[in-house]
Amino acid sequence: MDPVRRAPQPGLVWSLRGRGPQDIAVTADGERPDAVRDWEDARGHGVRVCVVDSGVEGDHPLVGRVDGSWTVEEHEGGISVRETEPGDSCGHGTACAGIIRRTAPECELYSVQVLGSGFAGTGDVLLAGLRWAVRQGFDVINLSLSTTRARFAEELRALADEAYFRRTVIVASAHNTQVESFPWRFASVVSVGSHMEDDPDLHLYNPQPPVEFFAPGQNVQVAWLGGRTIRTTGNSFATPYVTGLCARILSRHPRLTPFQLKNALYLSAANVRIGTRGAS
Amino acid sequence: MNASSSESSAETTDPLSRELVQSVVDTARALFGAAASSVFLLDRERHELVFEAVSGQGENHLVGRRFPAESGIAGWVAMSGEPMIVDDLTGSTAFDRDFAESTAYVPDALMAAPLTHGDLVLGVLEVLDPAPQSRSDLGELDLLALFARQAAVALRVVVDRRHQSAGSRSRADDRAAALRMAEDLRRLLEASQ
Repeated sequence: MDPVRRAPQPGLVWSLRGRGPQDIAVTADGERPDAVRDWEDARGHGVRVCVVDSGVEGDHPLVGRVDGSWTVEEHEGGISVRETEPGDSCGHGTACAGIIRRTAPECELYSVQVLGSGFAGTGDVLLAGLRWAVRQGFDVINLSLSTTRARFAEELRALADEAYFRRTVIVASAHNTQVESFPWRFASVVSVGSHMEDDPDLHLYNPQPPVEFFAPGQNVQVAWLGGRTIRTTGNSFATPYVTGLCARILSRHPRLTPFQLKNALYLSAANVRIGTRGAS
Repeated sequence: MNASSSESSAETTDPLSRELVQSVVDTARALFGAAASSVFLLDRERHELVFEAVSGQGENHLVGRRFPAESGIAGWVAMSGEPMIVDDLTGSTAFDRDFAESTAYVPDALMAAPLTHGDLVLGVLEVLDPAPQSRSDLGELDLLALFARQAAVALRVVVDRRHQSAGSRSRADDRAAALRMAEDLRRLLEASQ
């Protein structure tokens, strides 16, 4: 077994620790400022968002309607995906779904459960669930999970590329600790870490990737099991905010490609100042 | 879900291992100003988490108790390999309240981090009711993950020593079996002459 590879530790990679928007100011070229955030009042109507996680509790007050639920199962014959009643083995998926609902209230929400059905081959189950979701053609997939197992990296990379060309946007959490994990490291996904600002509607672009965006992930109130709420912290909860933003943007501009969508996130980030090429 | 008590690997831990892993939970509890701290060992065959060491609430009766590893926050941490901090649990059914009540202690806040070796999760470090300033900050999540690296090394030592001990017992059993077989063969040869 290969040990987890610990990445070098530059000052700013996995999340925005001890710095604020002013520390990562970015000047962008050429776009018309008045066109950048024309989706601010969009509500995600008609955009199909899938949460690949521990499941989503149905009819939670902060989640509302779950439009479809599936679970991935391992058995002797292999791995299969079957439709199931909405439910969550832990609460983590429900928390993500609640943040997406708050950010994009009119999106369609779907769930694929890849955690909670056993330990053996968790990476295989994650891969199977993500592949299934990509091939259903969801517009946005929220993946607040990753695997540290390097043997899954190439398959995940190929799958992330497949999603990219199918116009399915995978929004993936950076790992909370500085270990290599996947698929958030791939350029074809939208990767998200946490910032430490109090503003619940602030997203930032990271000029020092691999993680590309920061969103609220500290002391976040989230939906949890039994219709309740808790407060929690971590990149897992920053990611669904960006997923919700993607849904809002796509509801206003449904033909955007993943790279255009990523550009919209970039140009609308609070730390990116829109300049005019050659004017400064 | 209720915790079950059965003969556990924790009960067969040698004194040095027991002291090592106890020092981990005692230190975690002090580090975060917590009411309690536990280390769970992941039993992959039975898909269960086992209390390996406890500091504070439950210290005297929880070691060796088991619960299904597929539910609750500790289960999610073991499955996902990610640390987690949650607060405001009092009004929530989060993290398997039945289990918490079966241990006679229901926390309001909880921190949990995976204990890993390479890309393999060995167990979970849990800190119950940490001091209020430790409950929501990303820096605390970093500290928890950092300390979990040390705790993981301790748990790995415990597991390795247990395997070595089991291996020694197994080798002694093998030698005894070989001696018995040799004796049986000798008798057989003597009888056939």
